Amino acid sequence: MSRRVAIIGVGMSEFGELWDKSLRDITLEAGMYSIFDAEISGSEIDAIIIGNMSAGRFTGQEHLGALAADMGGLGNIPAYSVEAACASGGAAVRHAYMAIKSGEHDAMMVLGCEKMSDVNQTEAMKTISVASDWEWEGLFGATFPALYAFIARRHMMEYGTTEEMLAQVAVKNHANAAHNPWAQFQRPVPIEFVMGSGMLADPIRVLHSSPISDGAAGLIMCDEKTAKKYTDTPIYIESSTQASDTLALHDRRDICTADAVVHSSKSALKKAGLKIEDIDVFELHDSFTISEIMLTEDVGIAEKGKGGQVVLDGLTEIGGQFPVNTSGGLKARGHPIGATGVAQIVELALQLRGDCEGRQVEGAEKGLAVNIGGTGATSIVHILGR
Amino acid sequence: MAEHGVANIWRKQKSMYSIIGSKCTTCGEHYFPPRPVCPTCRRKGQLEEYQFKGLGKIHTFAVVRQAPEDFKRQVPYVVAQVELDEGARLTAQIVNIEPENVEIGMRVRSCFRKITEYGQGGIIVYGYKFEPTMKVTGHD
Repeated sequence: MSRRVAIIGVGMSEFGELWDKSLRDITLEAGMYSIFDAEISGSEIDAIIIGNMSAGRFTGQEHLGALAADMGGLGNIPAYSVEAACASGGAAVRHAYMAIKSGEHDAMMVLGCEKMSDVNQTEAMKTISVASDWEWEGLFGATFPALYAFIARRHMMEYGTTEEMLAQVAVKNHANAAHNPWAQFQRPVPIEFVMGSGMLADPIRVLHSSPISDGAAGLIMCDEKTAKKYTDTPIYIESSTQASDTLALHDRRDICTADAVVHSSKSALKKAGLKIEDIDVFELHDSFTISEIMLTEDVGIAEKGKGGQVVLDGLTEIGGQFPVNTSGGLKARGHPIGATGVAQIVELALQLRGDCEGRQVEGAEKGLAVNIGGTGATSIVHILGR
Repeated sequence: MAEHGVANIWRKQKSMYSIIGSKCTTCGEHYFPPRPVCPTCRRKGQLEEYQFKGLGKIHTFAVVRQAPEDFKRQVPYVVAQVELDEGARLTAQIVNIEPENVEIGMRVRSCFRKITEYGQGGIIVYGYKFEPTMKVTGHD
């Protein structure tokens, strides 16, 4: 009989270009806030798991597990990091879920972090592109925005997706981020501004793209019995699933469908005994606005090809039937790569607790997060419930 | 950094210079770059070297306007997914045409070009790019 896994504390550093803070500062901040939020003692934590993509290239520091245990003063407990490119944070959450479910650990600290602004922009771009198939895509000049431009251009041709649809995702997510105190861009942007922003790789513009960010997010996760000691209203992880696809985008069956997302979201809903209509709030990986459009289709909010239209119709706004990225998403909350998957879970937990003033989805009971790595080679899905 | 080594290009020369991939004789599928295992047949698969003809069409493309250091001098440039006639797709730059004239479905053929150079004193990387067949042969 396996145990239920609960989230009893959440914490975030601010997201942004944090020139005055180091990787260890922000990671410690997220961890400390999550401990304070859970009102748990550090001595109760029996392991630390960190999601991080590339601290070695971004900052020169690896071995983040030991660093976190040391900086947090958590002593001799096991601590290590996991990597799955942009899905590293989701991988950390899933890893803790499995470790607690198995009975190996009772209370874990889950962290996600990335410090991207310590290198210059071109160096950061290069590091981001190693999340794709570096040898056969990046080496030939396909930047990360170019790979998403491949998807966008094809989606536009096959389904009539428009530039306005791509832009509207950014407009919606910025409007949400205006109410998120941790977000990198806490301000709305008008659609003309998005549509007139500079080109990275046609048809992908700067404001279709998530930014370069520093930030960290943390969770305290534990088994049901331990959770009951600290709170009467724990948030539960109803299911955790993961799937893979080809590393290179050019090897996909269909570049406009993330098969890994289709598989992992289907099985997550099945394991939780839920249908897509039962989900009240979503965090979908919008590293580029086209990926939010594609993911709304792949999780089943919209039919294939209609992902752009549902954004224009307001279906995915707060107040719509399927609110997506109430936090502002990667676009406006920011995308410190390894932190993102954990920050998505923080947002859903806050939504289910009713703690999202200004951006609250009223009465939200179930939330679903999709965290993808690279151009969709990894997909990690979590469903939360209260 | 690792990707700036010499050996990592040298050992891929065959594939990068001549578009040599693999073909599974069990299911008939073509792969590029060469794969160690046929993902369809796995243990039953039988992979042999296959030289692609270097002809295909543009499946999708992007015009890159912001690029990392290695490609900065080339912007704006067109990078595309080319669907080779044998079935496999690969990622390569499209040259010998203005970016605004590139279209999905356009017939292209491979050509041998400089891809990039690894900074001052680093090696020069050569390999495949693609150009419109129309320009070269006068017909699709």
